[in-house]
Amino acid sequence: MTALNQPALAVEQAELSLPAADRSRPRFRRVGMERVNWSTTTILVLCSLTVLLPLYVTISMALKSGTQVVDGNAFSFPSPISFDGFVQAWTLTKFPVGLAISLLVTAGTVVATIILAAFASYAIARNWDRKLFRYSFFYLLAAMFIPFPVVALPQIQLTGRVGLDNPVGVIILATMFQLSFSVLLFTAFLRSIPLELEESARIDGATTWQTFWQLIFPLLAPMSATVGIFAFLYAWNDFMMPSLIISDPALQTLPVRQNLFQTQFSNNYNVAFASYLMAMAPAIVAYLFTQRWVMAGVTQGAIKG
Amino acid sequence: MTTTTTIVTGGKAAARRSTRRVEPIYYFFLLPTLVLFTLAITVPGIIGIFFSFTDSIGLGEWSFTGLTNYIAIFSDPAILQSYLFTFGFSVATVIVVNVAAFLLAVGLTAQIRFKKALRTVFVIPMVISGIIIAYVFNFLFSNSVPEAGAALGIPWLETSLLANPDLAWVAIVIVTAWQAIPGTLLIYIAGLLSVPGDVYEAAGLDGASKTQQLLRITLPLVAGYVVINVILGFKGFLNAYDIIVGLTGGGPGTATRSVAMSIILGFNGGDYAYQMANAALFFIVAIVISLLQLSLTRGRNTLS
Repeated sequence: MTALNQPALAVEQAELSLPAADRSRPRFRRVGMERVNWSTTTILVLCSLTVLLPLYVTISMALKSGTQVVDGNAFSFPSPISFDGFVQAWTLTKFPVGLAISLLVTAGTVVATIILAAFASYAIARNWDRKLFRYSFFYLLAAMFIPFPVVALPQIQLTGRVGLDNPVGVIILATMFQLSFSVLLFTAFLRSIPLELEESARIDGATTWQTFWQLIFPLLAPMSATVGIFAFLYAWNDFMMPSLIISDPALQTLPVRQNLFQTQFSNNYNVAFASYLMAMAPAIVAYLFTQRWVMAGVTQGAIKG
Repeated sequence: MTTTTTIVTGGKAAARRSTRRVEPIYYFFLLPTLVLFTLAITVPGIIGIFFSFTDSIGLGEWSFTGLTNYIAIFSDPAILQSYLFTFGFSVATVIVVNVAAFLLAVGLTAQIRFKKALRTVFVIPMVISGIIIAYVFNFLFSNSVPEAGAALGIPWLETSLLANPDLAWVAIVIVTAWQAIPGTLLIYIAGLLSVPGDVYEAAGLDGASKTQQLLRITLPLVAGYVVINVILGFKGFLNAYDIIVGLTGGGPGTATRSVAMSIILGFNGGDYAYQMANAALFFIVAIVISLLQLSLTRGRNTLS
């Protein structure tokens, strides 16, 4: 047993897959007579089918022709492969408009959340001895207790009255709901930055504004990434808020546009699934390229928040 | 925790701090956010609570009715049912998600092949919109599952789960768990990686079996992560909306109507004030759970 530990440890150290120090623990599940635990590997591969099968169904349904899809068989392979579904979905849901609005809402929420939360957190952390700033911290934090449904109806009325029943209104509201969690992360991080660092910048003549942008904001980068990832996942995927706040269907985000296939065209499965696939794909592709940061960011955010 | 007063040198800055005047720029950093926050969340909250004491239908005239709405809520079977459903569903989902995510995390931190690829795959559901994946599963539950049920001769699977008032919630738990497992999984992986390896070596030398190690060593050492996951998950699931809309729309009948859903439907049903009272109660529930969270996680992950 113990003799097997060393090579196992070496393998573990060699294949650091997460930045979060995999090497800190060697194997502890059944290893049998070899280093690689094949039984666990097999079980996990089988489990991964629960994730992959729905994705396979989405892709294969999207690639079927309108005549093949009516048999309702989810798992059959598309034959012939047809792109009709994509062509129709593209025009039916006005995909380019939906994508542009989703991107606008997501980018707006991510940027606004990072900047406003970093501003507020910096002011709060550096003036903690002042009542206004200290109470503001708890005030902003209190929003963590408020679920969106609780304030949704008055918000729908208010946004309608002031002409914000559109994607801009969603950006503002989504940002405000992300704020408390983000301020919590940023202030915790700001307190760990030694004040001497800032003092030396000030001695060199930098104003607070310059100090923030040239020293503090770059130091906050890892936290900004975490805050940004959470804001991204929320804004990109949310259905509830845009469906309630945005009053003009032509200005809806991608997820909300998909309800077209529940009311009309409900039997055009190939079109519906092509549309679902186009709505999912951007986030999945983005995730595949940034998964290191996404995994680290989510872990950090959940544990520190 | 005062962060000032430690500076002795550095003329201007030190002087400014010693007189304890706040630089105006800090107000610029904070105040716009405070104002926006107040307008976007606090004001609607106050408006909602205000109207919960009236008979408003959301527009037009209204008059004060005191506690009528609140009294009515406690004897309303539809509201009671929505709370029972929401809590039952949340508890079930929390259990499913945490058991599955913990076991997956144990597997994914073991000596396995394809570790990176498997982690990548298991996290994918996190980046997919709940409403869209609910539509995909809606198709599977309506077509593929009944077909499989018929082929295998399992009577209760032959009709769609979603059309069965007694079982529709199972479908909602499955899809919600499908989407919620990745976030929970990542936290458990972090927790498992924080357990020093030599603990297991020592246990192995003392003759502890793998199952014993898992239950007696791993589980207690990651207990803090379990608490975080259970509470974060529970708070999230209480607000269930998107996935239910995509799967059952609250049906059949009102069998799977969550609290969030009944509040939102208040606009259509003309009982705006009534649902605002419901929202106020729901807010209190959320506060109680959050306070529970604070008391349970205090000391484990305090600020700083």
